[in-house]
This record gives sequence, C-alpha cells and structure tokens, in this order.
Amino acid sequence: MAPLRLVTRDDRGVQLPGESSLPTFDTEEQLRALLRGLAGVDAVGAEARAAKLATRSLKKSTKLAALDLAVRMVDLTTLEGADTLGRVTSLCAKAMRPDALDPEVPSVAAVCVYPDLVAHARRVLGESPVKVAAVATAFPSGRASLAVKLLDVSEALEGGADEIDMVIDRGAFLAGRFGQVLDEVVAVKEVCGATHLKVILEVGELRTFDNVRRASWIAMLGGADFIKTSTGKVGVSASLPTALVMLEAVRDFAESTGHVVGVKVAGGIRSAKDALRYLVVVNETAGSSWLTPERFRFGASSLLNDLVMQRQKQRRGVYVRPDEFSGD
Amino acid sequence: MSPERLEVKKTYKLLINGAFPRSESGRSYEVATARGAFLANVAQGSRKDVRDAVVAARAAQAVWWAQSAFNRGQVLYRLAEMAESRRDELAEHVAHAEGRRRPSAQLSVSRAIDRLVWYAGWTDKVAQVLGGANPVAGPYFNFSLPVPSGVVGVVAEQDSSLEAFVEAVFAPIVVGNAVVVIASEQRPTPAVLLGEMTATADFPDGVLNIVTGFTGELAPTLAAHEDVDGLDLAGVDETFADELALVAAGSIKRVLRPGRGDALARLRAFVETSTVWHTIGQ
Amino acid sequence: MGDLSDSRLGAMAYDPAPESRAVVAFQDAYGLFIDGAFTNPSSHESFVTTNPATEEVLAHVALASIADVDTAVLAARRAYETTWSKVSGAQRSKYLFRIARLIQERSREFAVAETLDNGKPIRESRDIDVPLAAAHFFYYAGWADKLEFAGFGANPHPLGVAGQIIPWNFPLLMAAWKLAPALAAGNTCVLKPAETTPLTALLLAEVLQQAELPPGVVNIITGDGTTGSALVDHPGVDKIAFTGSTDVGRLIQQRVALSRKHLTLELGGKGANIVFDDAPIDEMIEGIIDGIFFNQGHVCCAGSRLLVQESVADDVLRRLVRRVDQLRVGDPMDKNTDVGAINSAAQLEKITELTAYGEREGATRYTSTCVLPDRGYWFAPTIFADVAQSHRIAREEIFGPVLSVLTFRTPEEAVAKANNTTYGLACGVWSEKGSRTLWVAQRLRAGVIWANTYNRFDPASPFGGVRESGFGREGGRHGLEAYLDVT
Repeated sequence: MAPLRLVTRDDRGVQLPGESSLPTFDTEEQLRALLRGLAGVDAVGAEARAAKLATRSLKKSTKLAALDLAVRMVDLTTLEGADTLGRVTSLCAKAMRPDALDPEVPSVAAVCVYPDLVAHARRVLGESPVKVAAVATAFPSGRASLAVKLLDVSEALEGGADEIDMVIDRGAFLAGRFGQVLDEVVAVKEVCGATHLKVILEVGELRTFDNVRRASWIAMLGGADFIKTSTGKVGVSASLPTALVMLEAVRDFAESTGHVVGVKVAGGIRSAKDALRYLVVVNETAGSSWLTPERFRFGASSLLNDLVMQRQKQRRGVYVRPDEFSGD
Repeated sequence: MSPERLEVKKTYKLLINGAFPRSESGRSYEVATARGAFLANVAQGSRKDVRDAVVAARAAQAVWWAQSAFNRGQVLYRLAEMAESRRDELAEHVAHAEGRRRPSAQLSVSRAIDRLVWYAGWTDKVAQVLGGANPVAGPYFNFSLPVPSGVVGVVAEQDSSLEAFVEAVFAPIVVGNAVVVIASEQRPTPAVLLGEMTATADFPDGVLNIVTGFTGELAPTLAAHEDVDGLDLAGVDETFADELALVAAGSIKRVLRPGRGDALARLRAFVETSTVWHTIGQ
Repeated sequence: MGDLSDSRLGAMAYDPAPESRAVVAFQDAYGLFIDGAFTNPSSHESFVTTNPATEEVLAHVALASIADVDTAVLAARRAYETTWSKVSGAQRSKYLFRIARLIQERSREFAVAETLDNGKPIRESRDIDVPLAAAHFFYYAGWADKLEFAGFGANPHPLGVAGQIIPWNFPLLMAAWKLAPALAAGNTCVLKPAETTPLTALLLAEVLQQAELPPGVVNIITGDGTTGSALVDHPGVDKIAFTGSTDVGRLIQQRVALSRKHLTLELGGKGANIVFDDAPIDEMIEGIIDGIFFNQGHVCCAGSRLLVQESVADDVLRRLVRRVDQLRVGDPMDKNTDVGAINSAAQLEKITELTAYGEREGATRYTSTCVLPDRGYWFAPTIFADVAQSHRIAREEIFGPVLSVLTFRTPEEAVAKANNTTYGLACGVWSEKGSRTLWVAQRLRAGVIWANTYNRFDPASPFGGVRESGFGREGGRHGLEAYLDVT
C-alpha cells in the first residue's frame, strides 16, 4: 500500500502528507473505501510474529533501562465504583514515589481516575510532573447520548484533567456506522482542544485484528493523540498481537500523514516480564522513537509493584518480599 | 516384636471434571473380589452425577479438540507412561476383580497399556486415513475431514475390567471426543485407578469422566440425555441394548452395538465427516 | 518520525543474552557408531569439525573408510535379519517413542550442540530444530504398528537396509526425517551425517543407546564424500535416501540407475514467494524475510525469489529493506540473534561468488547495515531488486541469505515466472483471496505450497520436490512409501 493521498473537503486543495491538519470525509462511503483499502491482518502470522518477539531476552543494562522506562510509562489506574478520596490520595502518593525506600525510582506518567475524582487528584499531585488522566464518555460502555458523553469530558477538563481517555462506540462500529464513530472522536477532540486525547478501541469487543486495524485508523483520523487497547472492564484486554497491530497502524499513519499517534496498552498487564515484552514489540515495530511516555503507556495498577520489585532484584541480586512495597 | 503395620485403605471415588468427588447422593455400594471377598465401598453414582459428568464433558470437548493432534497424542502417551509405572497396582486389581492369577493379570495389563500406546499414535493420523480430497467435477477444492461427534457415553464391558475399558473409552478420545463412562458394575476398581492416573497425565479436566454405580440405573440416563452425541453399548446384554438403542434414537445418537466392526470401527464410530468446498479461480 | 527507518537498535540495544555452553560436553574424539557401540575407524583417520561462528575446533571425528562402510552395512544387515525384522510393529513403535522422549529430555543439550556445530541461532535450534526432530520420532512411532492402515496394502514389507546421506543445514532434523520413517517401516539404517555437522548425530547415537535400540539397527558413520560414495555403491544396501544438492543427486541417481536399489532424493530449489496486491502486508513482510533469511538461507525450500505484483512492488521493497535492517546478525549463541553464521568457508565463498553476479548483471543491491563479527563466516542479508528471469541470481540456488526480487502483472504471469525453473520444491502465495490462492497453487509446479505463511514444517505433512528438486516425500502417511517394498 503506497502512502495515502486522502480526500479533502470540496472547497480546499488536496492535503499532502506532512501537513498538520488531518483529512476529512464527505460521506460514509469515502471513509468506508479507505478502511476497505487497508491491508488485512493474517491472524496466524500476527500471533506468530508476536510470539517470536516474546522470545527476546533483555539482560543487564538493557533490562534496567527498560524497567525504568516502563515505570515512567505507567498510567497508574484506579477505576472502581468503590473509589474514594482516600483511595485516590494513596494512588497519587504511589504515583509520585513508586518505591517509598528508593527516591531514584522515577515517577509514573499519570494517574488515571474517574472524572469526579480528577480535582482531588490534581490537588494531591500539586506541582508533581505526574499527569491526571480521566476516563470519560460514559466509560466503560460508551452507551449514552453524545451530549452526555461530551458533558462527561467537559467536567473532567474542568476538574483539571491533563489527558482524556475516551471510548469509541463499539455498537456503532460493529454495525458498520464508521462515520458515526469517527464523528464522535472528532467531537470529543474538539472539546479537548489541546488536551491530550486517548481513544479506547476496546479490542476485546472488536474481536478480530482486521477490526482493530480499522478502528485504529478511524480513531487516528478523528484526531486521537493515543489509541488505547481496552477499558480493562471486559474479559479480554491487551495482548501482544493486538499491540503489534496497533503499533503497525500508528507507524503507517505517521508515514502517510505525518501525524504521530501513541499507543496505550491496558488491562491484564501485571508482570514486569509482560511489560518488557510490550517494549520489545514497540521497539521492533514502530521503532525506538516510540519508546517514550509521550508515545507509549501502560494502563495498569499492580504492574507498578512488580516493576519496582524487578528493579530491586536487578540491583541487589536477590528476590525481594512483595511486602517491601506499598500495597497502593 | 513390632506390631503389624496397618494399611491405609483407599476410597474409590468418581472422576468428574478432573476432580474426584463422592457421589452427590452420598451413597456407596460394596464391590467384592471375584472370589467374593470384600474389596471396597465404591461410590454409587446417581443420575445427577451422570448429568454433571455430561456438562463437564461438553465444556471439555471444545478444549480437547482445540489442542493439536500432536498434543493429544502426547497426553495419551503420558497416560501409558503413568500406567506402566503403576502396572503392579493395576495388575493386583485386575487379579482381584477378574479372579486371575498374577501372571495372567500382568499380561492383561500389558495389553491394556499397549492399546493406549497404539491409540496415542493415532491422534495425528486419523485425518490422513479417514479424510481426503474429493475430486469433484468443477473448479472447487473439496476436502473431507473427520471431526469428533462431541460427547460420547460409554457403558463399559462388565467382565473385562481394564482391557475392554481402555479399548472402548479411549477410541472416542483419540478422535477428539470427551467421554462419560459407566464403569463395570462389579469390577470397577481398575478403571477408577486408571482415571486417577489421568490427573497426572495432563488430561484437561472433563475429557474423561468415570461414574461407578449400577448399570441398570445409570445407562438409561446416559442413553436419554440429549446432550450426549454418541453411545457405546459394550457393557449391556442384547435385550438391554435394544432398549437403550431405542431410547437413544430419540436424540439421533450414534449408537455402537457390541461385537461388530473391524479394528477401526471404534475410531470411526464417533467421528463426523465435514466436507468443505472452496472455489478455485483468479 | 525521522528514525522510523532506523528502528534497529536505538534506545533498546538488547545487551548480550548468551545461552550457556555448559550443558553440552563434547568429547575430544568420536569413533564410528556401529553395531551399538562407538569404534575406531579402520584407517584411524579423523577430521575436525569447527564452530563456524568462531572457527574454533569442537571435536575430532572419525573418517569412515570403505572398509568401515562395509562393516556398518553388514551390521545393519545382520540386525535386520536376526532382530529388527522379527520385532513386532508395536515393539518398533515403543523404541521410537523412547527415542522421541529422550530427545525431548535432552533438548537443551541438543540445541546448544546444534548451534555450536552448525552456526544457526540458538533460538532456532531450541524452538524449531530440536522440537521438530522429537516430533518426527513421535509421529512415525505411531505408524510403526499401523502399517496396514497406511494405504500400502494389508501387510507391507520394509526394504531392508537403508543408506542415508544427510546435509549440514538441519543436521539433527534431517537425521530424524531419515531414521524415523525407516525404522517405523522395519528397515535398519546406515546414516552418514554431513562433514561439517556430525555432532548432533553422534549425540543421537547416545540417545539410541539409552533407548536400548538393538545393536546394528542404526549405524552412524561420519566421513566425507568418499564415505558417502562407498555407501551409495555398496551392494548390501537396499535403499538410498539422499538430501543435498541437485548436482550430487544427479551423480547418485546415475550410480544407482543400474542397480536394484530403491532411491529417493530431496535436492535443491529456487522457491518463489508470490505476493499479490491484497496480501496481508505486515505478515507477508515477515513471511518473505523468514522465507529467505531463516537459517541463513541454508534451506532447500527457501523463498529465494520474491515475485511481487508490480502495483505494490515499490511499497513492498521499501518495507523489506526497512525490515532487513532490523535483523540481528551475530553470535548464534545469543538468544536475540536472528541470523547466524554461514556454515563453512566453502559455502561462504559460493554465496559471495554468486552474489557478485547480481550486481554485474544489473540488479540493484541492498545489503543490511549490520556489523559482522571479525572471526567466523558471515554474510550480511542482501536483497536484489530489478532482477530479471535471465539473471543468474534468479536461476541458480545460492543457498545463502540473498533474496532476488522480480515483478509480475497477472496471476498467469506469476505462475509462469514461478514455474520458469528446473527446480520444483516449494513456493509461497500471499493473498487474502482464497480462490486465487487455490487457483495459483493448482498451477504451481512444486511439491510444497505455503499460503500466507512460509517455512512451516510438520511431521504429518509430506515434504519433497518435483522435477530436479527430487522425488519421494518425507513426512506424513506418504513418507512411509519410501521405506516400504511397494514400488
């Protein structure tokens, strides 16, 4: 597939790759044609590639550097109905200082909370570089009117959110209403303005790699700063093959349009070993320039402790007790 | 003079979904040796146990069939390894159950283990022997493959406590089915033992389920159960077999009657042929 | 966005992750494995086998003379007459199951030995060579007692003594491909490993002892071309099985033509990987790369020609070149290495010579920018674009990590170009349109066709070529035919 030349509005000229505004579509048919033109994904091949990348062995200084990088890429998350101010306070403390006994451990990228807890998180974090990400748009299901979803986003922004994690309408996607999915991303991005927008595809409901590729493109065409695998609230979340497909998508999108979009993997990533495998996939798919919190994140909670534990083990050479680290 | 050491006696339980429960009914019945001496109180399985076993088998069958044929062969070979390492125990039970002398029992166990080895080598060959391409008239790629029927109920032979059990029970498993077997009523313990060994042979839970109890009570449940796809009536007499076959007809089960067929009959009995056409053209 | 094309290392350099050598201990010198034991060669001659990545000597290995070949064949004959032909299929089956299990148990040892002796990456020997070798023994173990169901009659007989000559590219796996079906069918064997890679075969001899295989059923005689010739010529051998180059295969067939010996040959190839415009792009790139750079291109069925639909050729080439630069070439014992050492100085010379023709004939050359180690035999993965059918690099088997790229316009043209060779071993077809894939597959003159994948091997799947890639199949039910008296 040669670099794309995408359709533009009637009253403007052809948009060339490298210009800063994204192409738009006049009709559903135009969008559909683009999506159909994307190459298919052979599931067997994609899984085999991911499995082979998982055999990479990171040692010594590479491993240490990777562990530190992974910590800096964590969006430390709490998204429970039972969340309280107290819970968020502990979370933020952990985010700023993942290892209470070792100030060398860097802080994470962000905390991720529900919109009504954003203001509190912002207060607790104060001047810290840790960002506040809020899930919004009727997370996790996305089943509400557009008006409600946009209001959800506004309130999160008012609370001081630095980043918004929205969900796409999977029902619309699976029913083939791709234009609607795109329009919603565009609308949310408009409300966000300069605020960083992550678009959650919910790969566990999309089910096929072809769907993941198409949904990735819709999100990116809509102005996403990041595409994200999952809400973490359905049975199936992030996996190496889906991350692979999404990283291929951001790579191709960057080549076609000049826009750089990041990837966030979320849900089910518990061990440092898993995290390092994702970093290898990033390194060997989109490339080393994606190995930065600006372009890759882990949405996780218990992962952070394992990263910190592995870091200790690498430095001290012994397996440490989990209780050495705070349970937050 | 030290006192004689007291043996730790064994409880003989059911095998359902990879676990070893007693019957949900709480009942047990006495099983004696061929000479009439008390052997054990064996779990007296109920209709509900059979029902639970079928549920377990149904869920397990998808998992079993999703494994590669190579893996299925490895699992069966592992069972042969387990059985070989515990052959003396098996022989003792066969001796007691069937009234055989020790050497004869050992031979019987050898044959049963060899049958397991034979079966282990079949898993990745069945498709090559029972399947194939069909040269249809037209631009179509056409091939037929054997796929398992699903859940197979087996009423095990009454007299041959191990050999016939292995012969009947593992054939459907080789081709990808999950099995619920009603063991020999009077001679169940070798089967129960073999069931225990599946736990150390990497069998996925529910691929083999063993219910001990009264054949007359349990066989009709199995025959009538609509979520059982096939029925092997090795362990019932002609009259009872007629009765059960009639019941099974109600849900269009594949029924295998005792005493018929060639060496591959048991492998073919619970296999469906699935034929795929695909156009050939630019 | 600038370094998308330089995604090789950058921030993540992957420190060395070497597999330990400690698990394997080579002897200083190995004898010949005849009649169940290691014996000295009659001539007391030996040669060395080296590690192609470092040029260090690994061991001394016996050079079997004509007299030794004779001893081995006699041992095999004796074993056949007195033991093996009297053993039941069920018994043969159990021996083969034991061998399979032992290979599995000693898998790490075998993997390390293979990498040291052959030069292939440890990841490949660990994840592919050794598991597949064990799987071949498992598969054929299952046929040994089922021959009456294999479609060759009610009671097919073995041929007797099989002389088997194997190449250096998959030493252990080729030994398994030869021994397993031969033994399952009831034959006894005299196996001659390749000169540069004898060690895993000798390790296998230990396994055969541990499996208590009766003496003489398998004999392993190391040596050079003269050893192989002596085996081919020996009147006591009923069957010759050879895997190697077409040139040598031709010679063998000539020598055997006037005898009553059965023969199967698995020879060279110039596999065409055909890419249509609707191929699943990323998986296809992986498949092309894997097709030619897997095992350093030392694969008879390598996809050494890429036939790409002209409408997508530029994009595919761009992606390939980017991907080639990501290949990690270096120490085969490093778990992160993708491409290892060339097996020998001789092979390196052949590759270099043939590759030089590429540029001379006008093709455009892209060479990986990888840094090659100082010692050892290395060749940087190379892609030639703008290759024409008439170029030497499009016609001759290079047997190295060199890809020739040609284009086509229509499916018919793709088929014609793919078939425009005297070889016929393997091809690949990349498309999401099933009907077209099957249409193309039907018309390709090849023994193996991979669709949306490449270099997939399984003991259940028959492998072998047509035309000058040889005859006979290894693997599957069909693989038994070579070792039964049915033709």
